[in-house]
Amino acid sequence: MAKKKVRPKLRPKDYKSAVKPTWCPGCGDYGVLASLYQAMARLELDPANTLVVSGIGCSSRLPFFVRTYGFQTAHGRVLPVAIGAKIANPELTVIAVGGDGDGFSIGGGHLAHAVRRNPDITYVVMDNEVYGLTKGQTSPTSPLGFQTKSTPYGSSDAPINPMAWVLASGVSFAARGFSGNPKHVTDLIIEGIQHPGFAFVQTMSPCPTFNNTFDLWRDNIEDLPAGYEPNDRMQALTQAFRDDAIPVGLLYKELRPTLESHTRVAHHPLKSDTPDFDVRALLEIYR
Amino acid sequence: MIVDTMLLRLGGESGIDNAISAGDVLTVSVARSGYHVHTFRTYPAEIKGGPVMFQLRAGVRPVPSLGDQLDALLAFNEEAWDLHHKDLRPDGVLIYDPGEHDVPEGFQGTAYGIPLGQMARELNLRKGKNLIALGALSALLGFDFQQLQSTVKDKYGKKRPQFIESNRMALLAGYQWVRDNIQEEAVIRLSDPHPAPEPQLVMSGNRAIVAGALAAGCRFYAGYPITPATDILEEMARRLPNTGGAALQTEDEIAAIGGVVGASVAGVKAMTATSGPGFSLMQEMLGLATMAEVPVVVVNSMRAGPSTGLPTKMEQADLNIAIYGGHGEAPRIVLAARSVQDCFYQAMQAFYLSETFQMPVILLVDQSLSHRTETLPMPDSNLVPVVERMRPSAEDTAGYARYRLTGSGISPMGVPGFDPTPFTATGLEHDEYGAPNYTPEVHTAQLDKRGRKFEIAAEALCGLESPLGCACYGVPEKEAEVGVLAWGSTAGVVREAVEGMAAEGYPVAALVPAVINPLPTDRILDFASNLNTVIVPEVNRTGQFAAWVKAQTELHLISLNKYGGLPFTPQEIRAKVTEFLVPKRVKAEPESQTAQEVAHG
Repeated sequence: MAKKKVRPKLRPKDYKSAVKPTWCPGCGDYGVLASLYQAMARLELDPANTLVVSGIGCSSRLPFFVRTYGFQTAHGRVLPVAIGAKIANPELTVIAVGGDGDGFSIGGGHLAHAVRRNPDITYVVMDNEVYGLTKGQTSPTSPLGFQTKSTPYGSSDAPINPMAWVLASGVSFAARGFSGNPKHVTDLIIEGIQHPGFAFVQTMSPCPTFNNTFDLWRDNIEDLPAGYEPNDRMQALTQAFRDDAIPVGLLYKELRPTLESHTRVAHHPLKSDTPDFDVRALLEIYR
Repeated sequence: MIVDTMLLRLGGESGIDNAISAGDVLTVSVARSGYHVHTFRTYPAEIKGGPVMFQLRAGVRPVPSLGDQLDALLAFNEEAWDLHHKDLRPDGVLIYDPGEHDVPEGFQGTAYGIPLGQMARELNLRKGKNLIALGALSALLGFDFQQLQSTVKDKYGKKRPQFIESNRMALLAGYQWVRDNIQEEAVIRLSDPHPAPEPQLVMSGNRAIVAGALAAGCRFYAGYPITPATDILEEMARRLPNTGGAALQTEDEIAAIGGVVGASVAGVKAMTATSGPGFSLMQEMLGLATMAEVPVVVVNSMRAGPSTGLPTKMEQADLNIAIYGGHGEAPRIVLAARSVQDCFYQAMQAFYLSETFQMPVILLVDQSLSHRTETLPMPDSNLVPVVERMRPSAEDTAGYARYRLTGSGISPMGVPGFDPTPFTATGLEHDEYGAPNYTPEVHTAQLDKRGRKFEIAAEALCGLESPLGCACYGVPEKEAEVGVLAWGSTAGVVREAVEGMAAEGYPVAALVPAVINPLPTDRILDFASNLNTVIVPEVNRTGQFAAWVKAQTELHLISLNKYGGLPFTPQEIRAKVTEFLVPKRVKAEPESQTAQEVAHG
């Protein structure tokens, strides 16, 4: 491989793009974005070799605010697109981002499959338990009885437990943070990016406009128990199902083969111009 | 009787008689003997049970269509006779199993009762009935038995070497039974072949699509199983890793097109294939590819719809969704392949166009073309340009504007990991830098940019002739009075009908474009300029192609529609053309009976 050019060390603000965030003042997503800038700087990610992919929603605006390659796709389709990009070029750092509606409702059909394939991408979900961009409707993580304009008599649907979902699907890395503690979220994102496999990072990221859970969550967030080891899926599930608190930290981590190690034949980006491929040789078998 | 083309059909029960497997091996054997072949098959949507049929048309000259009446029918059971006898010519050959049924009452042709089931039981070859039948057919109809034996060994021997001996016995038993029990000469047999300079390829439309895509540089495929596109997924999964590529079976068709869009953004030529239901699911992501200007290729092998429809039957009813399927104004290039060989070239052309214009290209085929096999010469991949998308130059890098408003509408596309030009692609309307922007000026300018690419494509493609553009058949256009304008797999039937009529002296010509959107309107108007009548045959009820052509040319067109799940036959095209021929202008004595009736009536 050719010797890489020495780049000046980038600071977090160097990852900031010229596009100003569209979020409301006090939005939890600012904390997650700041954590992402920090994580990128500490990992010295090359902006030209990093792809941030999203779906649609308030949090899915994030790629515009980052000075790397980005792709805001269609609503719910962040994971299939991120996986395609990662297989095409396994040398890219691929970070998927989005909200609870994007990831667990319209895109919910893709989550378990992304998890079981285990591509080496990091999926940062900003969970605010509400649809923000459409101005406050019930989301798949909203509590039962949640009253919004779309559920004026209270939501009839029990919330999804995303952490239990991914753990039960066989995720190889699962962590939860709180946007009110960006330093902790930074650490989790860094660990997630460094993890060789699908890293699920759920960030509790309140919506001050339509579902202000900031105080509630701050009171209920607690660190995982002292001495907790993130190597036992059943223990992680026990933490995921807790209803007395919202435990944060690294719940689970294991090493298993990545999607790219299965699908790829060589450890380099797929190339369309492969001069050694001769279609005539393929066609000969049809004689 | 010695004939130049022969049409043979095998009919039986799915999962029991293995008629399709027998047909496939017979096809290769006949092709290896130097004949041209063209097959057609129907099968139930269920795995076990239900009638299947396989037909082989073989000729000493190219056979572009499935043909008309059967010369011979092999009925494994009585149901096969019931279903297919109306297609058998009155003096045709029937091969049946007396253990299943008697010679049908009133049958006028030549019937041979061969105890296929009994022989299979005696030889203890439970699944060998089809090979016994092939051996018998070889003796009866004069197919080269040596070639058949070696082809069977070749095709079945590798997978199941333990059956080589029993396969040989089964073939021989059928062959010998005919030799011992039927003294007279074959009623019908093919004239000796004119072998092509080198052995021809025998492949299906779907296999040709895969080969064309690989030749064009496709190195990523994602797909979800769906009839009749599944074997594209299977073939890609088998071939791509050996070409340095990767294939992925996804959880649904949305994920398939999502993976393709993602892989293309990451710089690799990527494709998916599906059929109607899956194609419907892909529409939103195709709009994203248009908006974000991502090259993608989608093959839609049309089956009869709507909804789940007739999964194993053909229809040409997805033209509207291919052209108009997306919301908003999202131009897409739509190609339609006309033959197995054309599947190869159009797959290559799809990549050429999607990479050049950075937009989705839809390649339409259908069940009959996807799954039929044809003989073809080795395709020449040099006939289609292989290009890579335009990438940022050194001058583009500073202040890189991904969606710069260029004269052609085509702007350099930066690829992560390769170009120092980070930007964010999006399905939101965006300014030249990719930042969301909803001002009237920007939306107008970017719609114009995306539209301009399409208009430039239209200019570039309008003059194309075969193999990439319009194919013409029949008499020289200026001498024609009745024209046939067709699309997709109907081309083969039209070609056979029109060439046949032209040879008989009728002033008939046909035009079959490969590029459906943008439509080569000038070429079509030129074709129509001298004609009294233009007939548009298509396998759908509403005449989607005719409506599309009318909307752009204001031509008066005569629609000929068939919509039962089966392709046209040449005779159906002939009959329609004949209705519009002016009798006094017929230049030579018509030979066919139908033509005569019309000419005199």
